[in-house]
Formats: sequence, structure tokens, C-alpha cells
Amino acid sequence: MFKILKYSFYDLMRSSWSYVYLGFYLLLGIVLLFLNNDLSKAIITLMNVIIVLVPLIGTIFGVMYYYNSKEFTELLLAQPVKRSSIFLGQYLGVSISLSMSLVLGLGLPFVAYGLFRSNAIWDFSLLLIVGIFLTFIFSALAFNIALSNENKIKGFGYAILMWLLLAVVYDGLFLVSLILFEDYPLDKLSLIATMLNPIDLSRTLIILKLDISALLGYTGAVFKQFFGTSFGLIISFIMLLIWVLLPVLRIIIKSKRKDF
Amino acid sequence: MVEIIDLHKKFGKNNVLNGVDLKIDKGGIFAVLGPNGSGKTTIIKSILGMVIPECGTIKLFDTDIKKNSDYRFKIDYLPQIANFPSNLKVIELFRMIKDLRGKTDRDKELIKTFKLESFLNKKLGTLSGGTKQKVNIVLTFMFNSPIIILDEPTTGLDPISLIRLKELIAEEKQKGKAILITSHIMSFVEEVADEIVFILEGKIYFRGSIKALKTKTKQQDFEHAIAKILTEHSV
Amino acid sequence: MKIPFCVLFVLISTCFAAAKTITICKAGCDFKSIQTAVDSSKSSDSLFIKAGLYKESNIVIYKKSLHISGEKGTVIDTQNHGYGFSVEATDIVIKNLTIKNIEISYTKEYAAILLFKSYDFAIENVRVDNAFFGFLIQKSKDGLIKNNTISGDGKAEADSGNAIHLWHCENIKIIDNDVRRMRDGIYLEFGNSSYIANNYSTENMRYGLHFMFSNDNTYENNIFEFNGAGVAVMFSKRIKMYENIFKKNWGTASYGILLKEINDAELKHNIFEDNTIGINADGTNRITYTENTFKNNGYAIKVHGACYDNIYSRNNFLYNSFDLSYSGKLNSNKFESNYWSNYTGYDLDKDGIGDVPYRPVKLFSYLVNRTPESIVLLRSLFIDIIDFSEKVSPVFTPENLIDNQPLMHQVTW
Repeated sequence: MFKILKYSFYDLMRSSWSYVYLGFYLLLGIVLLFLNNDLSKAIITLMNVIIVLVPLIGTIFGVMYYYNSKEFTELLLAQPVKRSSIFLGQYLGVSISLSMSLVLGLGLPFVAYGLFRSNAIWDFSLLLIVGIFLTFIFSALAFNIALSNENKIKGFGYAILMWLLLAVVYDGLFLVSLILFEDYPLDKLSLIATMLNPIDLSRTLIILKLDISALLGYTGAVFKQFFGTSFGLIISFIMLLIWVLLPVLRIIIKSKRKDF
Repeated sequence: MVEIIDLHKKFGKNNVLNGVDLKIDKGGIFAVLGPNGSGKTTIIKSILGMVIPECGTIKLFDTDIKKNSDYRFKIDYLPQIANFPSNLKVIELFRMIKDLRGKTDRDKELIKTFKLESFLNKKLGTLSGGTKQKVNIVLTFMFNSPIIILDEPTTGLDPISLIRLKELIAEEKQKGKAILITSHIMSFVEEVADEIVFILEGKIYFRGSIKALKTKTKQQDFEHAIAKILTEHSV
Repeated sequence: MKIPFCVLFVLISTCFAAAKTITICKAGCDFKSIQTAVDSSKSSDSLFIKAGLYKESNIVIYKKSLHISGEKGTVIDTQNHGYGFSVEATDIVIKNLTIKNIEISYTKEYAAILLFKSYDFAIENVRVDNAFFGFLIQKSKDGLIKNNTISGDGKAEADSGNAIHLWHCENIKIIDNDVRRMRDGIYLEFGNSSYIANNYSTENMRYGLHFMFSNDNTYENNIFEFNGAGVAVMFSKRIKMYENIFKKNWGTASYGILLKEINDAELKHNIFEDNTIGINADGTNRITYTENTFKNNGYAIKVHGACYDNIYSRNNFLYNSFDLSYSGKLNSNKFESNYWSNYTGYDLDKDGIGDVPYRPVKLFSYLVNRTPESIVLLRSLFIDIIDFSEKVSPVFTPENLIDNQPLMHQVTW
């Protein structure tokens, strides 16, 4: 697997897209910090970017890489390499190179700005960790979609649709159902609904840090336990991990059964 | 060496293989023939583990291939369409496959044989079809495996390279290897093949020497013999 | 009438001779017990309590002007029995003491020091440990409470009292005190014209500072943090609040400040940081909020009904989850020239004022008020989208609730 990972990674490092992605984050970091000169504000803006853009880029990149490396995959399939290694290697190659672009692209401007001398470092690290998780989750989901769809156009379509669903539509439906059922106790339900969407989950982790004052204003006992103790943080991280593992597991299973 | 027992495979509703039994227990050149869509490539891909059959077993040297991917160390495969990652250089591709399969020195000799030296530092995406096929052949014959599978090996080759390929195949046969070939070029098959495996409607219709095939179809000519089978079954 | 000089001299000298210093200690002093020393002292005597542990309670000082002081290590243990000192006298000074273990009662307000109808008093450098009430000052005037440390250990509001409790008092200065783990840190009920400054009030179960029916008071440079419900100013007039810090008041009913039925107050240069609600205003009139900083609060300001003529200007609203929650109509309240970190407008003419007005109320804050659980959707892209559409064409939020001159840079003072 590590050999495949190595070659996928080299291949991606050579692709101009990785540099576009890196350049984008560098620019974003520089613009946010040096034009605005306000670290806290930059972190908040960054949060919006990470929550929305990282999943989108992870999705598109994942699908694109899968279809583009079809030849590579076929070449490897005839070699004495386990199937799961091939796909896991490629998946990890994509996720790691994307995560690296994210961390370097945002990290460099922030370090140059003097992040280490400020107490925003924890908020920033949390953002990066969440960003890495989202990259891994959405690349895995994208691989799943691509594995299930031979047709490139269809695969792309489904991938974008999935992103749209999780990033926007889900929250819309969520809100509507909260308003519709407002007469019932909803705290448990709303937390569960949050857990079921990796984007919401990541957002929860971030608002736990940025908006804890607002979150503690609510009466429900479940909310209090979730937001008021480290319970929420731990559960959220575990769920994020599950969100990585489940799609990866499906990649392994699906790849074992697929014909080429 | 290779044993296939009762192999079935469907693609959707389409039955491609309907109980294929095939046993190869000695070296030689076996031509797998059949009309388009008869399941030649599916059989080959099943042996390679690229296609997962619904039922049936495939054994290589008496070991079920489902158990482990290591059996592929014993197979050299030449795919039908030479698709390579276009970002890689030829030399890097060779290096990578060697990294995956183990060391060999034969690549240098083969590169010379097919005159690929000047292409080594070019990206695979920029190569012509014929050159790609040469790269493909080098990759296949680089390792000294007891089984060789060639899927349409002649595609896009110039006459000189074709002669070299035939020499190469003959050389490998001398070593006692089992070589499976699919091809649409009947003259090529007639020239190199020891045995014919004819596949029809997902089953092995005929297996034997060219001579036996001619006798069976009562034809003088190999090409006509094949054509006879096909017209009889109105495929 | 002519008084011979010598007579005058004698009078004065007898006066001075009378103001003697009485020492108290376990052995070798004038007295062993504080109470007996008090009983045998005269007005304007000084009592010096030397270091040592005194197991005494309910020390009564009645109509004697005494200056009582201890030294390092002077500890009075009331052993959970009644008051420490119970005083009704003018010109009284108590300082440099530790008083501990005040009885908890559900019927009586036992305190380390009770002052009743006392004028011109001073309580300084007194430490009260394990307090029920700390200082209970009733119907008194013109006092100084300075540099004291009061802490309790109550578990619930019902079995704990207030650190400094003023009732029907006037002109009291409360300065440099440290009050913690009580019910209220400092409580003024009918306390007027008082000055409260440089105190540190923390971990109190209810309010760090609490005004009830108390007018014309000023409090400044105090720090209030981790209190159950922050600071409450209720039913009072003309309160001046300057340069205080309100921090980390977290909880369902927690505020930096709770303002209820307040008129003509002034808030200036205060800092509200990390509170669930920075300011909760309910029935407030003619209040000016100038140059305050609201940072990282759940809500910077929550305005309920019946608020008129309040002016919010030149404040900094930084990274609050919600800048403003507003019930009802705008009602002649004004938001002008504030700095809003959420402002996304531009300033083409470079005059430091944004060219596009800012709407501080988000649609989402209405949704959260209606369905509190929807708070988990905070900062979601979907919420941003509906907030944006509301900003473009307001339907739910008051249309004229606008800062027409949002500042481009933070206000500094």
C-alpha cells in the first residue's frame, strides 16, 4: 500500500492542480491576515471557507483523480498487489496531498503573521484538524461515488450533488424540521442530526470553540452536557473518525467486488 | 499450471461465461479465440483477478487465486489497450513496476531490442500508440514468470517489432512457459500457436491443435475453419 | 464668657488622656477578651488586638466610637455562632483582622460585621473566611469599605449570603475588595450616592454586583467574572458604569449586565468578553452606551420590550455569535457609529465610515429565539444564505434598525 501511496503522491505532487490548490490557500491566508490585520476575524472567515470549500475540493479532487488514474489502476491491477492496497494507496495519496496543501497554504501565512505568539493558535489548529478530517472524509466519499459509477459525467454529477446536499440542503431541511416540530423536545434529535452530517459535525467542533458563550445559553440538559463539558468534543471527534472509517471500509469492500 | 473449473460470470443480465473448464498443465502457446464478446478477455481478466466471477474456481499451480494476490508474481500480462498514467516518464514507469514486482535486468536488453532508449525520458502521455505498445511489451517480458498472458499483442506494431515479438514469444516457449494469447490476426495465431482454445457463447467449444480443428471442420485453411464454426453457429 | 487658658488646657489634655490604646491578647495585655475590652473602653479609644486566635462571637459595640485594629495573625473565630461584630456607633473603624466561620441561618442574616445606624465608619483590611454574610451595613452613611477579602463556601443560593450588603445606606465607598463564592458579591438595596471601584468579584452564585432601588451610584474599574448571572442593575436611576470588565458569565440566565427598569444610566468604556449575553436590557430608558467593547459574547446585547431613547454609539462589537437580539419595534433607540466586526461593507471615500449601512440583527437570532435548538446550525452555510437574503430585503427584522455610519476601524479610548 505504501508503494502505491508513494506513486500516487508523486503523481499528484506533479500535477498542477495541487499547486493551484496550494496557491489558493496561500493567497487566502495572506489576504485574510495582511489586508485585514485582525487574527480573530481571519479565523472566523477561515472557518466559513473550510466548512464549505474543503469538502467541495476534496470531493471534486477525489472524483477527478479516480477517473484520471484509471489507466494507472488497471496497470496496477495486473501486478501482484492487493486490490485494497491499490485503492487505499490512491485514496491516501489524494487525501494526504490535499491536506498538505491546506496545512502549508494556510499555515505559512499564519506563521509568518506571528501565530505562535498569539492565543489564537488553538482555534487555528482546531480549524486545520477539522479541515484535514473533512478532506479525508470527502475524498473517501468521492472515491465511493466514483467506484460505483463507471460513467465519468454521472460520477461528477453525483459527487457535486452530494456536496450540495450535505453543505446546504441538509441544514435547510434540518431547520425546517426543527421549526415544524418545535413543540417537542428537540435537543437530542438536533444533536443526532448534527452527527449524521460530517459538515455539521465539523461546524459543531468549531462553534464549540468560537461560540461557546452562545451555546451555553440553552436550557436543555442534553445540550448542557454536550456543550458544557468535554463530552461534546470527544463525541464529535469520535464521530468524525467514524465518518472517515466507514467510507474507507466501503472503498475496500467495493473495490474487492468490482470488475475491471 | 492453470486450472479453471466451472467458471460463470454475468455483466448485468448478460451471461458472459457459462461454465468454462480449462486445464493447462504443460508449457506451450495457447491461442484463445472466439468472436467478439465471447468472453476471451473476461477469462483472461478472471485469471488475473481483475474480474470477479460469480462462481467457479481458478487455480494456479494448485493454489486458489482468491487467497492471495501474490500468485500474480507468476504471471506476466500484456493488456489489450496500453493505458499508462500520462504524468509518468517511461523510465519511471519501468522503475515503478520493478519496485512493485522485484528486481530484473532484462529491461535493458528489451529496451535495446525495441529501440526505446530515446523515449525513456518522455512522458507516457506523449507517446504514439505503437511506442506505447512497445513499452507495454517490455513491461511484460521484463520478468521471468512461468505464465505469460498476451491480449492482442500485435496491435500497432511495425513489421520489425512484430518479428522481434515473435522471436521473443518463441524464446519464452523454449523455457517451458505457458503462453496465452488472444488475437484477431489469424495468420499470427496460425504461426505461433500450439493449441487453440475456441470460446463460443461463454463456453469452450473446441480445444486442440490447429490440425485437429481443420479436421473437425473439414477445412484446409485455418482461417476458413474458424469462419466455418462461426457461420454454423450464426454468430 | 471667658474661659481661663489653664482650664481649656486641662480640658483638652483630659480629652487626649481619655483616648487611650487598649491592648488585647492571651497573656500580658490589658484584656484577654475583645468583648470585655470593648465593654470597658470609652468612646474614641483604640483597641489593639494582638495576633492570636480569639474564639468570640456577637461582639457588641453600642454607641462607642472605637478604632479596632488587629495585626497579622489576629483571627476571630465565631465558631458558627451568630455575628462577629455587631455595631451601632458613629466614627467606628475596624481593620487588619481575620474573622471566620460565620453561622449559616435561614432566618437571620448573620454577618462577620453588622453595622446598624453607623456613620463615618471604615472597614479596612478585614478578611472574612467561610462567610455567611460578610459585611451587613444597614441604615448607615458616609463609610469606607476598603481592601477587604470575603469568601464563602455556600453550595446553593439559599444557604449563602452576600459579601457586602448595603441596605438603606448613603455615600459609601467600596474600594479594592475581593469577594468570591458568595450569593451576591456586592449588593445595594436602597443604597444611594455610593462609589464602587477596583473590586474583584468572582464565582458568586448569583450576581457579582447587584443594585436594587439604588440611585445615583457610580461603579468603575471593577472586574466581574465567572459569576452565576453577572451583574444586575434593577429599578435604579442615574447609575454610572465606567471601565468595568465583565467576563465569562456563562449559563442559561447569565449576563454581563442585566438591566431592568433602569433610567438615565451611562455605560462607558466597559469591556464585555465571553459572556452568554453581554447586556440584557429590559425596560430601560435614556441610557447611553458609549465606547464599550463587546467581544466573543453569545449575544452582545439583547434588547427586550419597553426600551426607549437608548443610544448606542462608538461601541466595538467584535466576533460575537450575535451582535444584537431585538424584540419589538425600534422605539426611538439609536445605533450609530459603532464598529461591527461582522460588517462587510466598504469605504470608498476613505472617511473611516462605511458607505453601506449595517444591520446588526440577523434573521437567525429570531429563529433561535423561537426554536432554541436551532443554535446548533450557527455558522452554517444555509443560515448565512438566509441571513443574507434577509439583509437584502428585510421581512422579519425591524427595517429601521440600522447603523447608518458603521465605523471601518475599532474605536480606541
